[in-house]
Amino acid sequence: MATVEQSTIKPKIRNFIIETFLIGEDKSNLADSDSFMQKEIIDSTGVLELATFVESEFGITIEDNEMAPDNLDSIDNLANFISRKIT
Amino acid sequence: MKFSKDSLVIDAAKVTEDLCQTILRQIRVTLKKGGAVIGVSGGIDSSVTAALCARALGPDKALGIMMPEKDSSGESKILAELLARKFGFETIVEKITGGLEGMGCYPRRDEAMRQIFPEYDPARHKSKITIPTNILEKETFNFFTLVIEDDKGQTKSKRMPLSAYLQVVAASNLKQRLRMATLYYHAEKRNWAVVGTGNKDEHDQGFFVKYGDGGADLKPIAHLFKIQVFQLAEYLGVPKEIIGRTPTTDTYSADVTQEEFFFGLDFYRMDMLWFALENKVPSAEAAKVLNLTVEQVERGYANIERKIKATEYLRMAPLEIK
Repeated sequence: MATVEQSTIKPKIRNFIIETFLIGEDKSNLADSDSFMQKEIIDSTGVLELATFVESEFGITIEDNEMAPDNLDSIDNLANFISRKIT
Repeated sequence: MKFSKDSLVIDAAKVTEDLCQTILRQIRVTLKKGGAVIGVSGGIDSSVTAALCARALGPDKALGIMMPEKDSSGESKILAELLARKFGFETIVEKITGGLEGMGCYPRRDEAMRQIFPEYDPARHKSKITIPTNILEKETFNFFTLVIEDDKGQTKSKRMPLSAYLQVVAASNLKQRLRMATLYYHAEKRNWAVVGTGNKDEHDQGFFVKYGDGGADLKPIAHLFKIQVFQLAEYLGVPKEIIGRTPTTDTYSADVTQEEFFFGLDFYRMDMLWFALENKVPSAEAAKVLNLTVEQVERGYANIERKIKATEYLRMAPLEIK
């Protein structure tokens, strides 16, 4: 069951992904569990952009060893990761 | 197909013969040019390309241009001269530091580096950019880290925010673009062609600067894996000092290997994995031959595929409306 934090976090992430990486593309196909890498939504510069957004929007620091798909590669993974970092 | 440890072994004599015929035909017949201008860095790719051109066209129709700038390794020029003596072609040294200063290359780069390390001082620090090199061991993104080293050997590293990374790369790419412009000066002055020196690893995974080192009239080794370029170098008699040198970017002031800066994997495993991927070798079979796990092979396949896809725009001609 999603925590309160996750229900707030997910729309912010979704909005950022759509506004930054899906300009001119069909936005209805993006599921919370979709892998950004497998769907070719972000590349290596996109990862930097995403990390910068997450750190500034949610006031957390992402360590180098946390720059992993388990934490950052989908809306679900990001919401779980951010919620763990905040609490 | 049968995949084995020898799958990328080439018949270097035959490949050399075919390449020389192709270079001769492309330069003299297709491009209608009289000779070849090659940027020589003392690295293995430019050395093999220059040796091939000298062999195909004659040493008097090949010209090597050395283009050092203040961050270049001093070894580059020594090795390039060694190569030119061995294959008998003329060389010209074009120092490009002044041109780069005129373009603001160094202060623009340093400004971006100080966004990450405010104490960064190019007179006191060497710098480089690296990516994770454990790409087979765990799923990871190719994020970029700035490393600075002070004059006492103390290093600091930090992941680069996007804006700083983009500015450092944009400023550093002025080096390759000024080199391209310099090569075309010497080529046009003689009505000769500029010959690109990138191999398949660089060309297809996007490890080049568009309209920089990617700007050339022909690219004779762009279809060859790096480990095949090494085989050609041995066959052609490229000096051992060049063959044994660790491939570097020669772009940043601190020593940085191509593995650290871009590929994230040693050339043998990367090229073999890539060949297996291209030839649809099942992961289990590739894993057995390369002494890797299936998961490692699949991570390698995925990493290579991502880089090829992400850099497609670098290989595109300008988009036109027809």
